[in-house]
Order: sequence, then C-alpha cells, then structure tokens
Amino acid sequence: MSGNSLYGPLDPAPDAGYVDAPARMGFFTDTSICIGCKACEVACKEWNGIPDDGFNLLGMSYDNTGSLNANTWRHVAFIEQPVPEKTDIRWLMSSDVCKHCTHAACLDVCPTGALFRTEFGTVVVQEDVCNGCGYCIPACPYGVIDQRKDDGRAWKCTMCYDRIGSGLMPACATACPTQSIQYGPLDELRERAEHRVDALHATGVSEARLYGNDPNDGVGGDGAFFLLLDEPEVYGLPPDPVVTTRDLPKMWRKAGLAALAMGAAVVAAFVGGTR
Amino acid sequence: MNADCVIIQGSNMAEAHPVGFQWVVEAKTRGARVIHIDPRFTRTSAIADTYVPMRAGGDVAFLGGVVNYILSNEKDFREYVLAYTNAATIVTDGFRDTEDLDGLFSGYDNETRIYDPTSWQYAGQEPEGDRQDQEMQRATASPQQHQSHGPGVPGATQRDETLQHPNCVFQILKRHFSRYTPEMVEQSTGVSREQFLDVCRAWTDNSGRERTTALVYSVGWTQHTVGVQYIRTGAIIQLLLGNMGRPGGGILALRGHASIQGSTDVPTLFNLLPGYLPMPHHEQHETLRDWIDAFRHPGQKGFWGNAEAYAVSLLKAYWGENATAENDYGYAYLPRLTGDHGTYQQVFNMIDGKVKGYFLLGQNPAVGSAHGKAQRLGMANLDWLVVRDLYMIESATFWKDGPEVETGEIVPERCRTEVFFMPAASHVEKEGTFTQTQRLLQWREKALDPPGECRSDLWFFYHLGLRIKQRLADSTLARDRAVQDLAWDYPTHGETVEPSAEAVLREINGYDVATGRPLSGFAELKADGSTACGCWIYSGVFADGVNQANRRTPGREQSWVAPEWGWAWPLNRRILYNRASADPQGRPWSERKAYVWWDPDKGEHGEWTGYDVPDFEKTKDPAYRPEPGTSGPAGLAGDDAFIMQGDGKGWLYVPSGLIDGPLPTHYEPAESVIRNPFYGQQDNPTRMVYDRPDNPMNPSPPDANSAVFPFVFTTSRLTEHHTAGGMSRTLAYLSELQPAMFIEVSPELAAERGLTHLGWAHVVTSRAVVEGQILVTDRLRPLRIEGRPVHQVWLPYHWGGNGLVTGDSTNDLFGVTLDPNVLIQESKVGTCDVRAGRRPVGPASLAYVADYRRRAGLAVGEGSES
Repeated sequence: MSGNSLYGPLDPAPDAGYVDAPARMGFFTDTSICIGCKACEVACKEWNGIPDDGFNLLGMSYDNTGSLNANTWRHVAFIEQPVPEKTDIRWLMSSDVCKHCTHAACLDVCPTGALFRTEFGTVVVQEDVCNGCGYCIPACPYGVIDQRKDDGRAWKCTMCYDRIGSGLMPACATACPTQSIQYGPLDELRERAEHRVDALHATGVSEARLYGNDPNDGVGGDGAFFLLLDEPEVYGLPPDPVVTTRDLPKMWRKAGLAALAMGAAVVAAFVGGTR
Repeated sequence: MNADCVIIQGSNMAEAHPVGFQWVVEAKTRGARVIHIDPRFTRTSAIADTYVPMRAGGDVAFLGGVVNYILSNEKDFREYVLAYTNAATIVTDGFRDTEDLDGLFSGYDNETRIYDPTSWQYAGQEPEGDRQDQEMQRATASPQQHQSHGPGVPGATQRDETLQHPNCVFQILKRHFSRYTPEMVEQSTGVSREQFLDVCRAWTDNSGRERTTALVYSVGWTQHTVGVQYIRTGAIIQLLLGNMGRPGGGILALRGHASIQGSTDVPTLFNLLPGYLPMPHHEQHETLRDWIDAFRHPGQKGFWGNAEAYAVSLLKAYWGENATAENDYGYAYLPRLTGDHGTYQQVFNMIDGKVKGYFLLGQNPAVGSAHGKAQRLGMANLDWLVVRDLYMIESATFWKDGPEVETGEIVPERCRTEVFFMPAASHVEKEGTFTQTQRLLQWREKALDPPGECRSDLWFFYHLGLRIKQRLADSTLARDRAVQDLAWDYPTHGETVEPSAEAVLREINGYDVATGRPLSGFAELKADGSTACGCWIYSGVFADGVNQANRRTPGREQSWVAPEWGWAWPLNRRILYNRASADPQGRPWSERKAYVWWDPDKGEHGEWTGYDVPDFEKTKDPAYRPEPGTSGPAGLAGDDAFIMQGDGKGWLYVPSGLIDGPLPTHYEPAESVIRNPFYGQQDNPTRMVYDRPDNPMNPSPPDANSAVFPFVFTTSRLTEHHTAGGMSRTLAYLSELQPAMFIEVSPELAAERGLTHLGWAHVVTSRAVVEGQILVTDRLRPLRIEGRPVHQVWLPYHWGGNGLVTGDSTNDLFGVTLDPNVLIQESKVGTCDVRAGRRPVGPASLAYVADYRRRAGLAVGEGSES
C-alpha cells in the first residue's frame, strides 16, 4: 500500500476534496451483448457536437473509426476470430471509452487544471481552460485522450457530465439498444458484473472475464470497466495498464538523491584543493 | 422474449432491427437458444448460440427437411395439429403432387405457365362461383389480396381424425416432403447433416405443451420468386409443432421499414384497399355485390362474413354523404384493376411511353429497386415526375448525373422529364402514427415545425386534392364525379394550414355517421351506410374518443404483455390466433405457457380471459358446435382457433389462393449455378416474368452458358445505413461509420479471382457492372453443393451517386422476376462474375456488359438515348 494518492485503491472524489460527494458513477460495458450497432458512437457525437472523423474505409472489419481520439469518444471495435472448436468463427464487438481511472495520469500531469475530478468521480477536461500543451496525451496508459489537429486542445469523454448532473444517463448508455452499456453507481455495477461473469461461466462461456474492475490494479480500478470474451490485447487494450505517474514520488526521490550525490561530488572535487 | 428457442432465418435482425433485437438478447439471457441460419455470418450470428451457413436460395430445401424430420420422427404436437390445423382434411381425388409430376402439381398449363387449382381443392368442395382467371390472379397479386381472409373454402369439410386416409392433408404432407432427407439438405444447401439435425432437435425439443420456439424472418425470405412458399414452409413447421398463437412462439415477420406495416394496412399497393379489402377488377367485380361476395364468400364461416359492413363503411369514409344506398355507396367511383399495375410493370410501361406522370413519395427506385437502369430509363421517359423527399435523392437527379448520363444513354439537355422536387417534412416535424412490425400503432407528437417550404405528406395530398377538386368543380364528365364527390373536409390548423392528423385517425377508427360518435371496434360496423370507417382492422384505435395509439404506460406499471403501450390491431390483440394457446377445452396447454383461457365462472355463462385480449368471441364456449351450414362468425366452432380462415383451421395445405402450389417445393432461384437436385422442374414455373430485351436473365443450368456467371451473390443491409441511403449517406455521423461501397468475399474466392483486401473489384451480371472495394472475410465461406464448391458474394445495397459518401448501386445488378403471388422481386439471390480492378467507365461499361451477354448466349441489346 502506498502512502500517497497516486496509486492503490481510493475513492477519488473525496480524495479530490469533495465533501459529501455523491456515489461514484461509472460504466459497465458488457461486450458479450454488444451487437456492434454503433448507436453509442452516434449518440455521443450528437450530444457533444463532435465533428466527424473523416470518411475512410479502414478495412478493419466493420470498424471505420479506428480508435478513440479527440473526435471519437466511443469507439466500437470488431474482431473476427476463427474458433475451430466452436462455431468456426467468432465476431467480438466492444464499445471502448475513456476509463475515468481512479488514478488518472492525464489529470495528474495537467499543468493548467483544465482536467479535473468531478463529484461523481469522473475525469473531465474543460475546453476553455486547456492550453493544448499536450502533456496528457502520452500520459494516458490507454491512449484515450487526444488533441484536435485544428484547434490543438485535448478532448475526451466527459461521461456526459452535463447530463448526469440532471439525473439523465450518458448519451451512449441511453442509446444502447441491448444495454451493453450500463451506467450507474460503480459499486452496483461491479457487483452486477460479477454475477454476469458467473452466469456466463455457468453456460460454458469460460473466456468471459472482467477488465478494469479491480481497485488493486495499476490505475486503482476504472470508472468505466468491461466484460471481455478474450484477452485485452485482442480488443486493443493494454493487459496491465499502470498509471504513468505511479512512480513519481520514487522518481523525485531518486532525482533528489542524484542531485545530492552530484552536489557531493562537486564539493568533493573542490575540497581536495590544489597540489 | 418468452421463447425457449429463437430461429432467425432470412433475416439479419441485429443489424436491421437493432432495437427489437434487444428482446432476443433478453431471451438468450433467460436461457433461450438462438439459432441463425444465413448465407453469411452477420452481427446477428455473432450473438446467436449457433450459426448455420446456408446457400442463398436453399430455404425450402432446409425447412422442408425440418418438416420431414418432424413427420418421420413423430415430433408433431398431435393434439394441437388435430384440433387446430387442416391435417385431417381430405383433399380431392384428382390431386397430384410434385412427387408424381417431377416438381409440378396437377393442373399446370405449359403455355400460360399457370395452374388450374381445381384439383387442389378439399374433397367435396364446389368449384368457386367466381373462379377467377388464374393469369389475372397472378397479374393482380390476388393471393396478396386474399391474405388474411383466405379464399373460398366450404365451412364443412371431410376429415379423417386418424390421419390415415391416403388423401388427407397429413399423408399428403408426408409424401410431399419425404425426399427432403438430411442427405438432400446437405447436398442442396451446404448445411452439414449434423448441423441440420442439431437444428431439428433444438426446434422440436423446444416445442410442445411446455416450451415454444419463435421463428423470425424478414426480407431475406420475401424477396425471392418462391418467397411466399418460404414463409409457408415456416408456417407448416410452426403449426405442426403447435407454436402458432402461443407466447414465445409464432412467426415474427420483420418488416423492412419503420411504418411499412402501416402502408400495407392502409395501403399504398395497387391491388389493396384499407384493411386488406381487394381493389375491384373491372371484369370480375362489375357490381358492388360481385365485389363484396368475392371476399365475403357467402356460406363460409369466419369473420370475413361481415365484410360487407367493412366495405360499405370504407366507401362512406371516402365519399361521405355522396355515398348512399342508391348509388351503391359510390362503388362506381372506385378505380378498377385491368391487369398488372405493379411497380415493375409500371417501370416497363414508362420505358414503353405509356406513363405520363409519376409521384414518388419517400422512395428512391433509382437505387432501391431492382434493375436500376430500367428504373432510371423509365423515369427519363416520363412527361413529369414529382419527388417528395428530405434530400435530393438519386431518383430526382438521375436525368443530370445518374449512371446513364455517364454512359450516354441519357442526355440531360434532351431528357424530356420535368422533375418537381417538393421538400418533405421529417417524422419529427409532423404528428401521426407509425405502425411497426408487430401491428403496433404508436402515435408521435410533432417536435418542431418543418423548415422553409417542407411539408408533410398529409398537407401535400390534402391541398393537392383541394386544388384538383377546384379544377374539376365545373366538369360535367362522368369520370370526374369520383373526385367531385370525395369527402375532403378535414379540420386544419396553423399558418401552413396543416390538416389534422388526429381527425384522419378518428376517421380511420370509424364513427357513427349520424352522431359522430367514435366506434369501439369493427363489430360495430354496419352495411347500411350508418357507419364510416377508413380501415376496419384499425377500428378501436380511437375507442371512447381516446387516442389509444398515444398510450405510453411504462412496462413496470402493467402486465408483461404491456397492452397499454400503444395499440395493436385488431382490437389490441398482441398475439394473433391466441385461442390456440389453450387446448380444445379452453385450458392452457401448460401453466408455463398460459396466455388466454376459458373461465366458465366469469360473466353469465363463461368468458375467455387471460393476459391478452382473446382472439376469439369472448363468450363462445369451447364446446360450442354450430349447425351444419352456418356461415359467418356463428359458423366458427369453439375450437376453431384460426378465426379468419374459411374452415377455422390453420392451413398446412393451401387448397386455394396461391398461384404456385398448395405446398412449398424447392425450386432454384431464377438465376442459379446448379440444377435443381430435387426435381426436373428447375425453377418456379409460375413466377412472374417480363420477357423483354431490356430485362435479360442470366442463364441457369442445364444451359452451359451459366458458367459465364459462376458465383452466387446476395445483398442486404448494414445497421449504419438506411435503405437507398437518402436518410443516411447524407449525414456525416452515419456516413463516417460505413464510408464506402464494399464487396465481401471469402478468402478462397479472393484467391481464385486475385482479389485483395481493400483493393477494387467489380461485379457483373447481364444487366450491369458495379464496383466496390473488397473486404476479404471468413464470415463468407464457399459451400459444398452437389459435390462442388459454390462461392457466394455479398454486397450492401445502400450506395448511389448522391450524398456525402457515394458509390455504385448494387440493385443495378438485378433484373426483374417476381414471386407470382405478391409480385415482389427476387433481389436476394442472383448469379454474377467478380473480377479484380475498377470497372470500365462510360460507354465502355455498356460494351463490357454486352460482351458478357454475348458470351452468355443472350441478346446483346443496345443502349438508347432519351
């Protein structure tokens, strides 16, 4: 267990200073019932007024969006897999989104305070504060947050902060026809997800597993976690994401030590005197 | 949602009906087994427990195999079959089956390519007094008109309850399907016998008293020259297994558009009037009495016995006070059929210069209909064309930038068609009802005013009608009386003088003419002119003056049937023929599948009750047996669950009403790569054919030239786009999801033709060549048919030349050949060639296609300037 709030289990909103914060809200995306309709992508763009991402046939199965980026905050991945033992072929579909990490590296490194933690435990970037420095981009272990080429600012999913404060669900969860995207208090979602995995295992779907639900993982658990039917890499997700700021205290200590050692060496060089 | 097993075939439900599909997902979560049978692995297959790859066009072979499995292994739900189907009914002696005639039934005339169905009738049935000329039946899609009221059969039939009589329907069924063995299924469809038997077991294990299986289909079944027979085979299975009229059972027909159910109920079809009354024919239905008796079938039992009331009330709605007993309620004013006025005949008539003007409303035939070139050349030969749409669709601009301009077949400066584009209001800019695929009417309120000059269809036709009436006001011509006498006074509101949609719905519901009181249901309709009703099956939607279609009681506040959300026709019954969910004595077949039942203690002498509105007379005792010869509703016995059929039974065998046979038979598609493995008769002998130089068909075996088009191709939809693309390729958020026309091929076909992933390729038929980028995918696979691999190719049909993302139109590849019963085109299967590289452009593309025709032994044909 660390003695800082950069790593390990944590309730992020109180840690950020909120008094009487509401329950932490999150997404549980059950990819086993995703039908790849992309209503989530469209609803998100409609609500947030996000520009289109260009008309490019990518040839990545039915995925012509490619990945999460500044102009795509919900991205549906399609993976066609031969599965010789079962039905010869399997088509995995999954709607990816910003993970709203417990320990959010993007938030940690933002110099302007554009990125902040909301009372719901989510991470939001304020477009009128962001100065486009780009530090958050390489910080994210998932490669989610991104800069727009034309205006230079960083953009990502807000978990519809402007909806959930009014008792609505985020646009993607509202649009999803099969409730693959579920929104609610994170504790409840985690419990529901455990039951769902057990039910799938009982029907013989042994590859079903949760991803990002564990508060002991490298980012302290995700505010948006998933049920996957294969290894995370298959979906383009990092298998063991670690918040890139985890080692900051250690790094600063080491840097400090190195500086001291450097200083000591300099002193030693002059103390010896001339012969 | 209550199904124990869901079989999806001829449908890509997850992609085409994503919102409805959530209930299949829900069923699966509750433990149902989901099986998807399709030529291609789609997003539906991804969720299904079992995917069965099957050759496009093999559905009757596959389903016939299931019928044979049920009958050979005695898996039918015997009590249900005996009580509720015509299994025991005896057929006339002269009937000959496809078993006897190598793929034909008795009564076939080679010259006219049509059947005389006299030898198909039930034993002892008098020939119909109004026996229509069978060719006229095909031309006017009479079977479609017969639909829910069944053509004439006598109420009393001869039956053998032991099902042993050699000519009873049950035995005929057995003989007819005896050759549809698992081996034949494998050979003809490419489905391994193991997988086929697995489906049979799942289907039969999940049927019976305690369990039900739902069958789902959509246009993957309908758009074939044997489409009606595909559905018939599904119906036979569901009747044999006792799934019809039961919760979690039945057949769910998924319609292809958001409200297209509404546009057959209150139809935009040439041969139907509202409520599936047939359009009268000029020769066969000279008088009102002729017409009414043609669908009322005096002497027959069932609710069509009251059809005179429905018909007269409709005429009263049309002509109001100008419809009186003296003038036969304006019957003379109704248009008359003279033959085939179907949309494809219309197109050929346009090409031949017989059609002057055309109204095109929310439809884009330049992209969405079969034989795109014929569609566009037809429209180029009109005097005038009115297009009402949200965007400048290809059917409005074909004359200046369509493919024929590129080839030189249309020269914009010389094209004679004057095109009027009238912008339309979208569905959020007007109020009204949608009728979705489960017969559910949902009223929508208007959310905002339409921009600029955009107007609703209701506004357009109301005001057009007013102007035409004004123009004809002083005419003394007899033919103008029909318009002059139209009742056309609807209340209007607002600056745009918008007619009241609610007033129209009230008229559709029906009202008492003298008092204006809204009626509560079609039982209140009268044949004496005292009631008016725009659509008898919708009567009840405004019962008690309340817009029932506008109800939105949340699910958690009502029963699982949710009768207070919207309103379903007829009379808010959610499952049709639900009498069959109870046994002949009126008790549910099981507690688990209880739905409606007879409660002898309710009411005065007992009543039907349950979770849904019973689809049966409320007070009719299950033990009721009518006097022989009783007709109309009173002729229905207490165990005649199929109340709209002339004999009250579900039809395994169809004695009359279908053009191409009383039983489904495997015929190859009009364009096929193999010989029919079952019979000498290759394809549907009665299918509608338009034999013209501009409508060539690819040769099929045994013609050796069929090798010129060696691959099977099929088309369907993507979730991301909507039909011909007018409402999706014009929007950035949808266009970026599927930004380009593409062609799916298997790795094996890619290797054979040198096609590369994302490389360009083109597909050729005897009509056209279209190009797209290749997607190589394992979701398509070659199937082994008759011992050799058959490759299948898939193309989406959404693309055209207008919009943010453009591409070639797949429907240009198809020619026109139709199912003879309903005149729908065969656009789900054809043959083609596929070649790497882009297609030739301009006149060179015509020469390219002409070369294929030459090699296929077809007339080469010429392009023509318009």
